[in-house]
Amino acid sequence: MSLDSATVRRIAHLARIHLEEADLPRLQAELNGILGWIEQLNELDVTHVEPLTGPTQMALKMREDVVTDGNIREQILANAPDRAGDYFAVPKVVE
Amino acid sequence: MRLTELSLAEARKRLHRREFSAAELTEAHLEAIAALNPRLNAYITVTEELAKAQAAAADRALARGDAGPLAGIPLAIKDLFCTEGIRTTAGSRILAPFVPPYESTVTAQLKRDGAVFLGKANLDEFAMGSSNMTSAFGPVENPWKRKGDEAARLVPGGSSGGSAAAVAAQLALGATGTDTGGSIRQPAAFCGIAGIKPTYGRCSRWGIVAFASSLDQAGPFARTVEDCAILLRSMAGHDPKDSTSADRPVPDYEAACRRSIKGLKIGIPREYRAPGMPAEIEQLWQRGIAWLKDAGADAQEVSLPHTKYGLATYYIVAPAEASSNLARYDGVRFGMRVESDDLLELYERTRAQGFGPEVKRRILIGTYVLSAGYYEAYYLRAQKVRALILRDFTEAFSRVDVLLTPTAPSAAFEQGAKMDDPVQMYLNDIFTVPASMAGLPAISVPAGLDAQGLPLGLQLIGRPFDEETVFAVASALERAAGFTHLPQIRAGV
Repeated sequence: MSLDSATVRRIAHLARIHLEEADLPRLQAELNGILGWIEQLNELDVTHVEPLTGPTQMALKMREDVVTDGNIREQILANAPDRAGDYFAVPKVVE
Repeated sequence: MRLTELSLAEARKRLHRREFSAAELTEAHLEAIAALNPRLNAYITVTEELAKAQAAAADRALARGDAGPLAGIPLAIKDLFCTEGIRTTAGSRILAPFVPPYESTVTAQLKRDGAVFLGKANLDEFAMGSSNMTSAFGPVENPWKRKGDEAARLVPGGSSGGSAAAVAAQLALGATGTDTGGSIRQPAAFCGIAGIKPTYGRCSRWGIVAFASSLDQAGPFARTVEDCAILLRSMAGHDPKDSTSADRPVPDYEAACRRSIKGLKIGIPREYRAPGMPAEIEQLWQRGIAWLKDAGADAQEVSLPHTKYGLATYYIVAPAEASSNLARYDGVRFGMRVESDDLLELYERTRAQGFGPEVKRRILIGTYVLSAGYYEAYYLRAQKVRALILRDFTEAFSRVDVLLTPTAPSAAFEQGAKMDDPVQMYLNDIFTVPASMAGLPAISVPAGLDAQGLPLGLQLIGRPFDEETVFAVASALERAAGFTHLPQIRAGV
């Protein structure tokens, strides 16, 4: 499978990364190089193999569904690029 | 002997004997950093005031007689670990202004045990790279030089390149790193020091900036295997805040370094040979086998038939997880923002300017392999191949106790090399990625120099949660190799 430029634009949009038109050909070539190399996995027959989602075979631990911290509003907002009172601020999204 | 030359174990002993103070030990390291960091760029942020305060606290604890196991030991912290009140950049422009209001579990445990933090070590952006060239804060210079070619600047490896360079150049007694596909072991090999990635789940991932959550694992760097063992004991342990951290007791790794390896079975995987791998690496590997046999171990060939598919599998799984983990950098809650009147444009411009080219490539690959219609062809297939890689190891470990391989297919290369083709850079991790995919503990031990005078490492891979055997065999290897070479650029030279 080879990515055309429309597909590269589409996935950049899905990833919310702005692309300059001038950068598109180089990026498209790099991504196709990587994907072409990955194609080697098609040599393998994986029909009856169960997928491995992570290396730990242990069951995840359960814990009480309770609040373990809180009242840290200022800490949470401390790194905000913009804030309005106790809220994160973004450009107007509703007219 | 300069204080910066000491091993961590030796420094600990002498601190307890009060031969020198933690303040003196820290000052010696801060002076070395002031002299060499402008050139090596191993630290992004030097935390002089914090280090001095921690050293003073360690001296008080030593005087009282209630000092922790790492009291007064100066360390470099990879700038991927969140440190409360200290800027944590992950080597990225997008996090350049980020000051975490909390401390990662691993660094909190090091603080608990009395360690001194000299600063935050440079790294590839979001730990994505094998050369430290992708850092937004500039490359790190490897303190080692090719014989007769002092002008060439070599890479320290990556992604934990600053950590490895700092320890090798004696700008810290040890360092933290993280390893997703080789980011501790490959830089350890390139810089002539030891570094271990423990079993996935051994160290808490809480407060470590996430790259690929099913692979990321913290571990230590140091100039000796024993020093790594000391550090890992403090870093490891169950953490309720990381649901994948293992609820198991942490053994005394230092004691494991003194175990005999008589009768242990060492597996030699016949697939760990790369096209174009220098003959010296093959020879060093053969010497490693002979050393372990001399120490009483038995060696036998084993087969890990899916080894060659490890890297391609990794370059689906890791970017997929990264594309999800890095979605949080949107210019709204933390990090940099490129202002715009339109929210969508704010996201897209912030991420375009905040991320470097390698991070963007991986986010785009990850977005693509997870997108509708391609998930099964790529991501699901990769997870199935990952199961086959794990099965290879499980079968091998039914016959042998530990595996011995080269750490990397080459010695350190020049800054700027392998930058034109991402796949060429990825091939650096060919021998380290399989153990990452299987979550296994693996260490790199400095074992020799190549003809150009650059260090080469050997890797030992162990069974899940059997770091003790890894440490025992690594110590035997270290004793036999007798690696006492030092880099040309180091403190006081």
